[in-house]
Amino acid sequence: MAQNQSEIRYLTPPTVEIKKKKYCRFRKNRIKYIDYKDPEFLKKFLNEQGKILPRRLTGTSLKYQRKVSRAIKRARHLALLPYVTDLLK
Amino acid sequence: MRSIFITKFFTMLNQYETVFITTPVLSESQMKETVDKFKKILTDNKAEIVHEENWGLRKLAYPIQKKSTGFYYMIEFRADGSQIQKIETEFKRDERIIRFLVVGLEKYAVEYAERKRARKKAEAEKIKEE
Repeated sequence: MAQNQSEIRYLTPPTVEIKKKKYCRFRKNRIKYIDYKDPEFLKKFLNEQGKILPRRLTGTSLKYQRKVSRAIKRARHLALLPYVTDLLK
Repeated sequence: MRSIFITKFFTMLNQYETVFITTPVLSESQMKETVDKFKKILTDNKAEIVHEENWGLRKLAYPIQKKSTGFYYMIEFRADGSQIQKIETEFKRDERIIRFLVVGLEKYAVEYAERKRARKKAEAEKIKEE
């Protein structure tokens, strides 16, 4: 009985998804400064409501996430980015 | 006592950058006047202007003082840190300024600004040729 349970047979071999490893784009491209005057670039780190995306989704390292958030906040202050919206992008 | 004396002579100049938005109500000459006024304030406070950029009339991402557009102007300058507060109060006092931001630039930011300027220069020359 015990043997039967451990032997699971699939009709089609299970497809194991190959997870693409996330990486920090700033580390990879050696970007050291994130400009707050470039709203188009900063939009990559915002969701549709204009909220900052978490690190877990973008893969940014902590050091650069802090810089991204600072740049976004400065851009918001200067009305280059909205504080709240719908359907950004 | 002596250390104070020395620091007074060798005041560190840091690089700063300011972006300000003026009301869209201004005419072009009035806009120029405000810009000149702030440039004068900067130079009066012993700041040295490195670069300036006129972004022109831009749409704001959200209304400020019930206005949906504004003239943007950016100035990069080198100044002593103690002067920044004075400059900021001048910005606050002026009614034509609806929003401003003064930020210090660290060394990577200065590098970035210089590279961007070089790129812009090349682009501007291209546009001129056209």
